Amino acid sequence: MEYEKIKVPEPIVAINDLNLYYGKTKALKGISLDISKKKITSFIGPSGCGKSTLIRCLNRMNDIIDNVTIEGSIEIDGQDIYAPAVDVTELRKKVGMVFQKPNPFPKTIYENVVYGPRVQGINKKNTLDDLCENALKKAALWDEVKDRLRVNALNLSGGQQQRICIARAIATEPEIILLDEPCSALDPIATAKIEDMLVELKKDYTVIIVTHNMQQAGRISDHTGFFMMGELIEYNITTEIFTNPHEKQTEDYITGRFG
Amino acid sequence: MKKFIRTGNPYIWLTAGTLTICLLMICGLVVLIMVNGFGIFWPREVARITLYDGTVALGEIAKRESIPHQKDSFRTKLKVGNRDVSGLDFTWFDDTDIVSREYPVDVLVFERREWGNMYGFLKGLRQDDDVKPLSLEGLMPLLKESQNLYKKIRYIEKKEIGDISYRMEKSRLALKRLMLLEPSEKVQKKVSAVRTSMDNQEKTYREKEDTLTALYTKAREREVVVLLADGREKIMPVFQIIRVFAPNKMGFFAKMGFYIAKFWEFIWGEPREANTEGGVFPAIFGTVMMVLIMSIAVVPLGVLTAVYLKEYASDSFIARLVRISVSNLAGVPSIVFGVFGLGFFIYFIGGGIDKLFFPGALPTPTFGTGGILWASLTLALMTVPVVVVATEEGLSAVPISIREGSYALGATKIETLWKVVLPQATPGILTGTILAMARAAGEVAPLMITGVVKLAPSLPIDSHFPFIHLERKFMHLGFHIYDVGFQSPNVEAAIPMVYSTTLVLLFTVLVLNLTAIVVRNKLKKWYNTGSM
Repeated sequence: MEYEKIKVPEPIVAINDLNLYYGKTKALKGISLDISKKKITSFIGPSGCGKSTLIRCLNRMNDIIDNVTIEGSIEIDGQDIYAPAVDVTELRKKVGMVFQKPNPFPKTIYENVVYGPRVQGINKKNTLDDLCENALKKAALWDEVKDRLRVNALNLSGGQQQRICIARAIATEPEIILLDEPCSALDPIATAKIEDMLVELKKDYTVIIVTHNMQQAGRISDHTGFFMMGELIEYNITTEIFTNPHEKQTEDYITGRFG
Repeated sequence: MKKFIRTGNPYIWLTAGTLTICLLMICGLVVLIMVNGFGIFWPREVARITLYDGTVALGEIAKRESIPHQKDSFRTKLKVGNRDVSGLDFTWFDDTDIVSREYPVDVLVFERREWGNMYGFLKGLRQDDDVKPLSLEGLMPLLKESQNLYKKIRYIEKKEIGDISYRMEKSRLALKRLMLLEPSEKVQKKVSAVRTSMDNQEKTYREKEDTLTALYTKAREREVVVLLADGREKIMPVFQIIRVFAPNKMGFFAKMGFYIAKFWEFIWGEPREANTEGGVFPAIFGTVMMVLIMSIAVVPLGVLTAVYLKEYASDSFIARLVRISVSNLAGVPSIVFGVFGLGFFIYFIGGGIDKLFFPGALPTPTFGTGGILWASLTLALMTVPVVVVATEEGLSAVPISIREGSYALGATKIETLWKVVLPQATPGILTGTILAMARAAGEVAPLMITGVVKLAPSLPIDSHFPFIHLERKFMHLGFHIYDVGFQSPNVEAAIPMVYSTTLVLLFTVLVLNLTAIVVRNKLKKWYNTGSM
C-alpha cells in the first residue's frame, strides 16, 4: 500500500518499507514510519495485526525465532540495525524491552535490577547499588521495596513484578524502551501506576508501547499507529487519530464497531 | 452388566487392585528385611537339648518346622556353634528324639575372634596344670585387659607398621626410579641416601615386629577352661574372646544394652571372619564415597551433553539419533559397562597413567587395576543418560519468557544459559542426579570387574598424603551382600548378616536420596514461588 510517511519531530527510529515473513506467511506488509525522540508512541490494533511483531523487530527479538525473514530497513540513530556489523547485544542494551507477562528472574529484587549492568561487566558494588536505586526510583518502586531488596522478586505482586521488569530495563540505561502490552495482565490500579510512570519516563527515554487498550493509548501517548492485518492503516498525533481519523477502518475500530 | 462395565468402575477396581498388590509386595519386602535385619542383634536364649540316646547339645534355637509327609512331627534347628569342635554351626534334631529342653542359667555365649560363637559353661582359669575357679564377674576385668591389649596390637599393626610399610614402599619406588636414570655421582648420592633411610625403616620395622611378637605371647598367656555341652573341656585364650554374656540371665534392659552395643559394632566396626561377623563400616564408607565421586563425574558430563542437545544442536536427523542413542544407553546391561570400564578406564587410561607417572612401580599396577575412581567413572557413564534426559526436561521447563527477558537486557545466549536458565533447571538436574545415585548405589555387577573387593585392607581416605586414594580398591554394600550370602565359607551362619547389610544398603540409599530430594524441593520452591 502506498502512503505518505507522516513527518514527526526529531525522529530517532526510521522504519522503511518493512516486510516480515514467518516462514511463508507475510506478517508485516510494507511498514514505513518514524518515531519521535522522548515521546510516547503507541501501536494499537486488533489481535494478530502485527503490532507486537513490529515492536520485536526494533530490538531484533525476532532473531531467536526460527524461520523469520525480514526485508526493508530499520534505522535507529541513523544506523541500520539489521546491518551485518551490528552487535545484537549492544542494540538490545540501547533498546530495552518489557514483555506482556511480568517475567522477573527467580532471583532477588536487587539481582533482577542489576542483571543488565552485570552482563555489561559492571561489578563494583557501589555503582550497582546506585544503578539499582536509580532504576527503582524511576520505575516508581523504590519506596515499596527499598527494605526488601534481598527478597525474591517472585514474591511481589503482578504490578510490582512488571515495574521490576521496567526497572530492570531502565538499569541498562537504554535510549528506547519497548513495552509489549505491559498492562494486559494487571488490574486497573497497577495499570494506572505504570501509566503515570511512563509519562514520567518520557522525559529521559523514547517509549514505544503496544497496547490493546485504546483508552490507555489515548491517555498517555503522543503518537499512535493503527495496524490491521499486518499493515499500518493510519499513523498520526494521538488526538488526531482519536478525534478525527482519516481512514474508515480506524474510525470503525476506535468507535468499537469491530475488533 | 454391560451398563456396569460402561460406568468404568471395574477398571477403577482393576487399577486400584494392581496398585495395592504393588504396595503390598514392597511393604512385605521392607518388613521382611527390617524384621530379619534388626532382629539378629537381639541376644537369644540358649537351650540345652537332651536326646534319648544320651546326646546333649547347647545352642540357640534357630528354627522349628514340620517334617514334610509326616503328620504332627517337627524338627528343630539348633545353632550349636563351637565350629572348632564340631565342625558345623547348625544341627537338626527330630522333636521325637528330644527328651528335655531346658534353659540353664549359667550357660555363657563366647563371641570369639575366630571360629564363631562358643556355647558352654565357664569352668575356670588355667594356671599351669591346674584350674582355678572363675566367675563371670571375675572374667570381666581380664577381658577388659585383653581388649586393651588387642587395641594396642591393632594400633601397632595398622597404624605404625602401616606407616612404615607405606614409607618403605615409597623408598623402594624412589630407588627403582633412580635406577632408571643415567648413573652419575648425583644419582649415586641419592641412591645411598635412600638406602640409608630404607635401612633405618627396616630396623624400626624389625623393632615393631619384636614388640608385636612379645605382645602376642603375652596375650596368649591367660587361658580359660570352658565346659562344653557334651562334657568335654576346651581351653581357650582370653584374648580370643570379644564378648561374653549369659543370655538366660539377662533382663530386658541388659538385652537392650547388648543390642545397642552389637548394633553399634555392626555400623562402625570392621568385618571379621570372612565378613560373616563384625561390622560393615568399610562397605558403607566405600558405597557412599563411590556414589559421591560418581555424582561429581556424572553431573557435569550429563548437564553439558544435555545443554548442547537442547540448546545448540538443531533438530536434525543426527541430533535425534544421538538423543535416541543416549536414551537407549540406559537400557544397556550394566555388566557391559563394567567390561567397558575394565577395557577403557583400567587398561587404557589407568595403564597409560601408570606408564607416564608410575613407571617405577611397574609391573605392579597403580592405576592400571580396579579402583574406586574407575568404578565410579564406570557407573557415571552408565547413569549419564538419566541425567541427560532429566536435564533436557529441566531445560524445557524454563519458560521462553525468562530467556527473552534475559536476551532483551543484552545478554548473550551463553550468559542467559549460565545466569538464568541453568539455575532454574537445577531442580530437574537434581532429579536426574537422584535417579542416577539411586541406580549407582545399588549396582554391583560392573563393580565386580572394576575394583570392588570382599575385604579392602584400608579405606580410600586415610592420613597418608594425598589423603584421598582414588586408585585403591574398596568395599561396597551390594557386593558385601553377595559375598556374605553366597561366597562365604559359612553361608548359613551369615544369613542374618545378609539381611542386616541389605537393610543398611537400603538405608544408605534412602539417606543419600532424601538429602538430594530436600535440596531439590527447596530450590523448586525458590524458583517457583520465591520462598525457601
